[in-house]
Amino acid sequence: MSMKVGSRQVDGVTVVDCSGRITLGEGSVILRDTVRDLLSKGNKKIVLNLAEVNYIDSSGIGELVSAFTTTKNQGGELKLLHLTKKVNDLLQITKLYTVFDVKDDEAAAVKAFK
Amino acid sequence: MTEQRVSYTLDSSLETVDNAEEKATRIATELGFTDDEVMQISMAVREAAVNAVLHGNGYAPDKKVILAFEHKGSDLVITIRDQGKGMDLSKIPNPLAPENLLKTSGRGIFLMRSFMDVVEIRPSQTGTELKLIKHVHESRAGGKEASQ
Repeated sequence: MSMKVGSRQVDGVTVVDCSGRITLGEGSVILRDTVRDLLSKGNKKIVLNLAEVNYIDSSGIGELVSAFTTTKNQGGELKLLHLTKKVNDLLQITKLYTVFDVKDDEAAAVKAFK
Repeated sequence: MTEQRVSYTLDSSLETVDNAEEKATRIATELGFTDDEVMQISMAVREAAVNAVLHGNGYAPDKKVILAFEHKGSDLVITIRDQGKGMDLSKIPNPLAPENLLKTSGRGIFLMRSFMDVVEIRPSQTGTELKLIKHVHESRAGGKEASQ
């Protein structure tokens, strides 16, 4: 299953609902294009809802890092929401869990923006 | 368990990466690995295939990736060989180092090492061979044999 995204606005925060696989190729490109598009339109408070992301490889991890740093460099903030066990485990072993702001409740994630 | 070996010659393409992962998933499942172990094996193979296709062969259409699965004694032995210039082992970063944490690449070998019992990297002037080994525990010895 390839990557699919849909975005919605919640109290000034853009929640991007992702599903499928974030892997080398299409999945990574879709995530990259989505975040860049949001930033170019001034949407700098971003939550990536990964509840339906069942697989991610090292390229996908790199794309999450890129989304995080690109958003930060443009004065924005990016948080991760609803990690599946697989994605959670990957972020733990790569020590990225401490880098990302990870939430498991959407309302709390939205509220957490400054 | 009967010893068995299957080998594939694959193009240097993104399809090969998905193909290698699918084969790894099927064979590991047939050998009776747990769901978590199957995921680990398939991800390690995917990362090795990415290395071979992207970093080794550079998507060159005239270069191939040789992928082999061998059920050897109590081990699943997977080898992936490319036809590139050979990986420079001194340039493999530690992705957990603070200065590398926010890098967008360089985690493939680390993930392979995290998920497999043995990872051997053999670079040469005619390509790099990665050998990945996962031990098959006795409790899983009744799993179905891998077949092509």
